[in-house]
Amino acid sequence: MFRSFWENLTIKQKLAITAWLFLAIPIIFYITIRFYPTYEAFYVSFMKWNLLGAKKYIGFKNYIRIWGDEDFWIVLWNTIKYAIIGVPISLLISFTVAYYLNEIRFGHQTIRALYFIPFLTTAVAMAWVWRWFYQPMPIGYFNIMLSWIGIPQQPFLRSVEQALYSVMAPAVWAGLGFQIVIFIAGLRAIPKSHFEAAEIDGAGRLQILREIILPALKPTTIFLIIISTIGFLRIFDQVYTMSEDSAGGPLNATKPLVLMIYDFAFDEFKLGRASALTVILFLLLLFVSILQLWLARNRYAKK
Amino acid sequence: MEEKLKNIKLYLFSIFGSLFIFSSISANAVEIEYWQYEYGARVEAIDKLIANFQSANPDITIKHTYFPYADYRKKVAIAVAAGDGPDLVQLYYGWLNDYRDTGLIQPLPKDVFSHDDIESNFFKMVSAMKVDGDYWGLPTAVRSLALFYNNDLLKEAGLSGPPETLDDMVNYAKKLTKRDGSGNLIQEGMAFDGGIGQTHHFFREVLVRHFGGKPFSDDGQKVTYNDAAGAKALKYLTDFEKTHKTTQNGFMNRGQDAFAAGKVGLYIDGSFRISKFKKAEGLNFSISELPGHNGTRYNFSSFWANALSSKAEGAKKDAAAKFLKYLTSDEAMQIWLDTVGELPAKPSVALVDENKQHPLYGPFIRGLDYATATTFVSEKPQRQSIVDAYDMVVLQDVSPEDALAKVVKKEQELFDDFFGN
Amino acid sequence: MQKNEIFLEKFDNINPRRILTWTLIFIGGVIMVTPIIFMISTSLKTGQEVYFFSLIPDKITFKNYIFVITESKFGYWMLNSLWVATFSTLSVLFFDSLVGYTLAKFEFKGREIVFIAILSTLMIPTEMLIIPWYMMSREFGWIDTYWGIAFPGLMTGFGTFLMRQFFMSLPDELIEAARIDGWSEFAIWWKIAMPLVIPALSALAIFHFLGNWTAFLWPLIITNDPEMYTIPVGLASFNGEYEMNWEIVMTASCLATIPTLFVFIILQKYIIKGIMLAGLKG
Repeated sequence: MFRSFWENLTIKQKLAITAWLFLAIPIIFYITIRFYPTYEAFYVSFMKWNLLGAKKYIGFKNYIRIWGDEDFWIVLWNTIKYAIIGVPISLLISFTVAYYLNEIRFGHQTIRALYFIPFLTTAVAMAWVWRWFYQPMPIGYFNIMLSWIGIPQQPFLRSVEQALYSVMAPAVWAGLGFQIVIFIAGLRAIPKSHFEAAEIDGAGRLQILREIILPALKPTTIFLIIISTIGFLRIFDQVYTMSEDSAGGPLNATKPLVLMIYDFAFDEFKLGRASALTVILFLLLLFVSILQLWLARNRYAKK
Repeated sequence: MEEKLKNIKLYLFSIFGSLFIFSSISANAVEIEYWQYEYGARVEAIDKLIANFQSANPDITIKHTYFPYADYRKKVAIAVAAGDGPDLVQLYYGWLNDYRDTGLIQPLPKDVFSHDDIESNFFKMVSAMKVDGDYWGLPTAVRSLALFYNNDLLKEAGLSGPPETLDDMVNYAKKLTKRDGSGNLIQEGMAFDGGIGQTHHFFREVLVRHFGGKPFSDDGQKVTYNDAAGAKALKYLTDFEKTHKTTQNGFMNRGQDAFAAGKVGLYIDGSFRISKFKKAEGLNFSISELPGHNGTRYNFSSFWANALSSKAEGAKKDAAAKFLKYLTSDEAMQIWLDTVGELPAKPSVALVDENKQHPLYGPFIRGLDYATATTFVSEKPQRQSIVDAYDMVVLQDVSPEDALAKVVKKEQELFDDFFGN
Repeated sequence: MQKNEIFLEKFDNINPRRILTWTLIFIGGVIMVTPIIFMISTSLKTGQEVYFFSLIPDKITFKNYIFVITESKFGYWMLNSLWVATFSTLSVLFFDSLVGYTLAKFEFKGREIVFIAILSTLMIPTEMLIIPWYMMSREFGWIDTYWGIAFPGLMTGFGTFLMRQFFMSLPDELIEAARIDGWSEFAIWWKIAMPLVIPALSALAIFHFLGNWTAFLWPLIITNDPEMYTIPVGLASFNGEYEMNWEIVMTASCLATIPTLFVFIILQKYIIKGIMLAGLKG
């Protein structure tokens, strides 16, 4: 019976069925592992639940409590700071390096490798190294080096003002290699004819940079901005490893949203509250991505 | 044709899938699991006790699992909630309310552990494990705080004998502090870990009381150290770093590491630290009772108790109870004292003369006499209160009164939430 | 061009400015790897020497490595990480390409919806899913299992997108010809299309393996038993209140990092190429 049914289908229909067959398992995967949990996260955010007992519906109370929680606003601001400071610094450094590295031929591979290697490291491992570097004398290398040039010791991780930047540094450091390689790819993709035309016109270095290179790199730059913004907004590994007791201190100075989610979920077992925070994180990421894409599209349209 | 395709997919999928589902089937033979946090000497001690117990009880095997302290509480809660986890679990006495509340542990069976027996044989502080007419756990060992000091450094500074009063401690610390040409600290007079470690206990149970206050109300439902006494206590503590400059939070990562490296004059910690310092090469140290003030002494005692997880039932529960009985026997306590350096939970073992006069354990044991234990609602946030208060004063120049007002407000909310007020 | 001409070409345009640029960029590169150098250097020091500032240890000792390998659970962590990362990568290579191919080369109603749905999963941060995943794992007993660690990463929207891009650039005629010859669709995909996108597959494999190897948050949550930790989780476990020896921590960090470095140095060309490829298509 199946055979005759099958033979009566057109080729187009057979292909369609094959396609759905191929997609069957992946679709099940995405539904159960991506979409349904998303729905569940939203669902639990309206509940009060401590993992062991029953879930209790409490409407928007979690969100209201979050709104009124002073620590939440500190954490949100920290998270945003990581991004709005981390991204420009990263991109500035990586573009500069990519620009000059692209011109170097002697030892290019080796030097490129030097910049890229940090990207391959595990954030946790490197966070330990940096944590050690930030120690006060006599074991902290940064402070030792500062003492050589006569600058007083800095508290780094032990200071409310410096801690966030201290934690941000290894995150920036690790991401540079990837950004540099992508920038170089982008630079190399610019057709030589553009440069030749510029040379004929007698354009200077700065002009070439402004009028040829930067516009051509716009898609690449936007891609990197979005990826690194999302990365910084989700920072966790470094903070968990570098703050005392993984608390995001001192005095919540380094605590990002993801750590707050983790603490509420797996320390205090307030899963409803934690879920509400994850929803907020999701909305934040969505908002930022859409904003950046929209701004980019606008600029495209202008040209 | 398409069937063949389907078969291939199923085939591949089942290979991949089964490889993994296979490894998720855990082999659960007739054994019970014991969990504690990871600390060299304690792991060693439990291994010894397990060996002894298993040879006397060949029908029971005990699996010993341990995690780093930072994750411990989390792991236990998650595991028991998942129906996984241990049958017998070690918990910090301060987590009792938490663990009871979230249903992680069950009361000890009265037939194996009679209340009369417990009350007449164990130190009084063990009563912290009694709630609603049931005992929820029992310790093998208890601990208190004492003052560690570096003999060589004291001698070098022309000091003989340990400081006896809180004021002495300040003077000693000043004399024991050394800085290099550029003013960087190279030797700490007094090491505090800014609230983590045992410092927060020292603040709550010792300093606050010395200055005339009490950390909590008698019914345990109100936080009361945000008064003048508390402020004086916090000022005394933070002055070491802020005013006297004898202390630097984070110096050589932690007080215990710095002391072990011979870079600290005075350091307050619990008896469990003895084994670490004993192992430190070239460290010549002694221990004395905590300095007093105005003629009185206070101390903080605490303990890790062994409890039955709510997962244990039937044969496993009986086996676990049996092991627990052994763990709280005199023999086990002496082994623990010798291996870990923690004080026996029974006066009959602890207050034996040779233990009382022991050069290392003596001060701790003598301190048990006047020690009190805090009944925590939830240890981590309450510890964080002191850490934050300390940081506010030292890093942000907030006055001790304001700092305490802020953290106590938060802590009181925690209490109100818990007690349903 | 003759060999020496190519060689000489490298020395064209040597002038002070270029030398300066080269030097600065080179120094920058060295600064970038300084943390790693110090990490290695410390791992070779004894406990006493750790507190002294020196690049090359006075007394080089392998005691720390012996300790970490034999007495800590590092061996388990390495094994777990390898297992999970490999399995996950193989799964992604298989399924992401299958889906990418299907979305690129088949015409059927609902194709765009499926594609957009899968693409939209890129917007869903894993942080939002860890709690539901955890609930699910509890229900099905996946805690402390390889499956539990691996299941969230078996298929990715990014990989699917990438593979679709590559498959779309393959000529349809190739596939039509095979169909006429009577090949099964699966065989066409596996034997004809896949070999043509190997650069993309390697790029995807590298990305995914690396991401998996360094993943921290989810493995942290799903594992309790220290013997089931992956390497990052194991490393973080040194953040304990009761034990902290810097030279041991550095040694473990080295052991965690050095294999990846090694593979990179050997496969450098392919890895960089792969990333550039992915960046351009993205």
